[in-house]
Amino acid sequence: MTSELQVLIPILLPLGGAVGIAFVGRRYPNLRETVTLVTATSLMVVVWALLPDLLAGERPSVRVAELIPGLAIEFQIEPLGMLFAALASLLWIVNSIYSIGYMRSNNERHQTRFYVLFAVALSAAMGIAFAGNLLTLFIFYEVLTLSTYPLVAHKGDGKTVESARTYLGILLATSIGLFLPAIVWTYHVAGTLDFLPGGILADNLTGPAVGLLLALYVFGIGKAAVMPVHRWLPAAMVAPTPVSALLHAVAVVKAGVFTITKVVVYIFGVDFLVTESSADWLLFVAAFTVIAASVVALRQTNLKRLLAYSTIAQLSYVVMAVAILKPLSEMGAAIHIVAHAFGKITLFFAAGSIYTAAKKTEIHQLRGIGRRMPWTMAAFTIGALSMIGVPPTAGFVSKWYILAGSFQSDNHVAIITIIVSTALNALYFLPIIFYAWFSREDVAPANDHGEAPLAIVIALTVTAALTVLLFLFNQPVLDLASQLGRITK
Amino acid sequence: MNLTEHLPALQVVVPMLMAPLVVLMRIRGLPWAVATATSLMAFAIAVGLTDTVIDSYSATYEMGSWRAPYGIELHVTRFSALLLLIVTGASTLALVTGRQSIDAEIEHDRQPLFYAAWLLALAGFTGIVVTGDAFNIFVFMEIASLASYVLIAAGSDRRVLPAVFKYLIMGTIGATFYLIGVGLIYMMTGTLNLADMEARIHEVGELRPILVAAGFITLGLALKAAVFPLHAWLPLSYTYAPHIVTAFLAACSTKVALFVLLRFDFLVFQQNLSAHELQFTIFLMPLAVLAILIASGVAVFERNLKGLLAYSSLAQVGYILLGASLVSVPGLTAALMHMFNHALAKGALFLAVACLGMRFTQLNLVNLSGVARQMPWTMAAFVLAGLSLIGVPGTAGFISKWLLISAALQEGALGVALVAIIVVSSLMAVVYIWRVIELAYFGDPPESTRPVSEAPGWMLVGTWVAALMNIYYGVNPALPISLAGGAAASLLQHLP
Repeated sequence: MTSELQVLIPILLPLGGAVGIAFVGRRYPNLRETVTLVTATSLMVVVWALLPDLLAGERPSVRVAELIPGLAIEFQIEPLGMLFAALASLLWIVNSIYSIGYMRSNNERHQTRFYVLFAVALSAAMGIAFAGNLLTLFIFYEVLTLSTYPLVAHKGDGKTVESARTYLGILLATSIGLFLPAIVWTYHVAGTLDFLPGGILADNLTGPAVGLLLALYVFGIGKAAVMPVHRWLPAAMVAPTPVSALLHAVAVVKAGVFTITKVVVYIFGVDFLVTESSADWLLFVAAFTVIAASVVALRQTNLKRLLAYSTIAQLSYVVMAVAILKPLSEMGAAIHIVAHAFGKITLFFAAGSIYTAAKKTEIHQLRGIGRRMPWTMAAFTIGALSMIGVPPTAGFVSKWYILAGSFQSDNHVAIITIIVSTALNALYFLPIIFYAWFSREDVAPANDHGEAPLAIVIALTVTAALTVLLFLFNQPVLDLASQLGRITK
Repeated sequence: MNLTEHLPALQVVVPMLMAPLVVLMRIRGLPWAVATATSLMAFAIAVGLTDTVIDSYSATYEMGSWRAPYGIELHVTRFSALLLLIVTGASTLALVTGRQSIDAEIEHDRQPLFYAAWLLALAGFTGIVVTGDAFNIFVFMEIASLASYVLIAAGSDRRVLPAVFKYLIMGTIGATFYLIGVGLIYMMTGTLNLADMEARIHEVGELRPILVAAGFITLGLALKAAVFPLHAWLPLSYTYAPHIVTAFLAACSTKVALFVLLRFDFLVFQQNLSAHELQFTIFLMPLAVLAILIASGVAVFERNLKGLLAYSSLAQVGYILLGASLVSVPGLTAALMHMFNHALAKGALFLAVACLGMRFTQLNLVNLSGVARQMPWTMAAFVLAGLSLIGVPGTAGFISKWLLISAALQEGALGVALVAIIVVSSLMAVVYIWRVIELAYFGDPPESTRPVSEAPGWMLVGTWVAALMNIYYGVNPALPISLAGGAAASLLQHLP
């Protein structure tokens, strides 16, 4: 049996950690980092401890407060949220190790603020993962936006603040302008906001209104970066690399696609959406985003911006997989959230590692860097292969399921999109890898650098290993994801 | 007779009798202590009355045992109780919190007069709310207004004088309009008792004077309530008034005028003028929408912190009116909830401003750059209350916005347009609150200024109590909802 407290602890624990970090503060940096690591590790332990009961079919829930009848703050643990929480809590540990190496070697300012807000963001991610209804989810969604803004604006100079404001502006405006009205509308027609297997809208809404409501959700959940609300993600590239990793892998964009998946599965209900032709547009928009973002990525010269556009494409993979509306593809969506997280965090760690050791940010500077930084570039290679979907990496597993789902429903749009985007991914990742390993440096670097600091190398090795391991041992993830599939049947 | 029965009278009498006594107190600190104790007592009475009306729906009191409609009748309903809580609560919290701020802004030998004016304002506001007599309302309105002018003019900034003069002129026009309207009704019915009026207008054959009276009363009270475009007096008065006075008045003064407006329109006129609810909607809804959009827009570009919050207040008056102009029980419930929640949010914000005012003479936004590093507790409370003003879930502001949107959605296509307006204006609120937050947290302090210290601990305690109430009533809104819901149902009982 899972007690009520166990459901709340994952949300409260990082908050407690944040207080602890702020309390220890700048005076004892080593102790402060210890607090971060201890909090992260214990978070993972408590989250993963919830797994057995969940797999046994339990759905523990807690109602914290009822605002007005039908409108409550409530938490419930279900497979998809568990997957997200388990992922985020695992990556937080690795990311913290990496952060310590990165922040110290680059002598960043405001390190205490950085760790405090990181912990708050994790608490928000846990809240999103375990939210039992849309209102609760929305609250933590906004907390996540607000707590990550100072992280994005970390450098604090004019250009950074400008970009961070784009980040904040788009995410807040879409969430308040579209997401919240969608929630109100849902409440108005359904009388509840609970996440229920099979959805809550089936008998309450028909016709074009369904498509419209879906549009409010998809574009209102700006964190999923479906075009045209993707601009904030490239803008957020001004952040320090550990923050990029937080945005792209640990919490933020994952929260976006997670929320869309959750809305489609538990609010609309897959069976209901299949019957509503007005909701078909989602597949096309997602497919368009996949292709368009990949094409834009092809034209980038800055490594982090390339990765950002790659993320946009990969996120829409998840959205597209959800929109195929087949059990196998829903499973694929859930797995892709995990697979992409492992691959993308590796790529960002590598990009940050290169920046830390060589101060290089542009793609054309990377010729021959594989010899100086073999660990980093090996990890980068694994991450890139996972993005393309080559075995033996995690990306292959999720693409397999998404493709299987597409074939289940003979969805030619999805099949063609996957093929084309795989080719495009290969086109922009393989040259980087090739030149890094097999060509010589044009000019010798100013400082004769080797690998990045040990903490960074450890972190990126771990995530690269995870990327491969998920290919080999994917049963736990499949078990969780298949429980989601079962509900949607 | 026990004391409970006299509570409606005591509510007004206690502050009114204490006011002249305070003038005589010349010992430093004593006027504040007595005024605070009096206000606290008024708050306790309001809580007692709330308790009564929740149990037995309403409490009436005949002054001097003269029976209505011949004597003056005090009538406390759930609606009055809600307002009484707002008025006495705001007054008490502002006084308890603000002693140091008042000491800093008002010379010692004028303080007895200041606190006397404060108690008179309190007596006036509570008097308007408890009385059931139209002329009595006028008298209390004048008491409250005159006292308010004095309180505002007590500010040390000389720019307050033209501002308060403008307020004086416009407030007097408003009161006069109201009096003309009441006079017309008296001419036709021969009564001043509100309940009696409603019955007697029934017997009036020629309704045109009543219609004119309705126009005068609505307009006069709209002026007092700073309904757009009759709001010109409010922003400057709030900006240059002493900070604690702004916290008190911003929380309650416009709402009291709206209280009278709603009572007249729904209790007196609704049943007697044909299609009154339609006229009410057609007249007030466009004004509400304009107030929301234009005032929010001005707030986005305002340079002075208090001015920014004052314009935001105008927009909030718009929300309250918008809910009321839907003329439905959910809409009115939302409007009354917003009265309560806006008082919580704005009260807390202005208390935080008072904390800032202890360290800054000018509250222009540029002066406040980077202040959060030096005054973290003040700014954290500001952020909390700001979130409530925006309507973020988990805060009190969310509850009333949610109710408002739900109520609007029941109106079909028009409702959807209204929801769009609410959403847009909420986004504007995000922008103007965020401007302050960004500057305070991420701006660099201007080089010329020396570092400031955190506000006095006691003021922070009061400010935080106000800020945390926004959270408490955001999670646990049962009490205000029951008051607002009951009030809305009884106000609209005459609706066809």
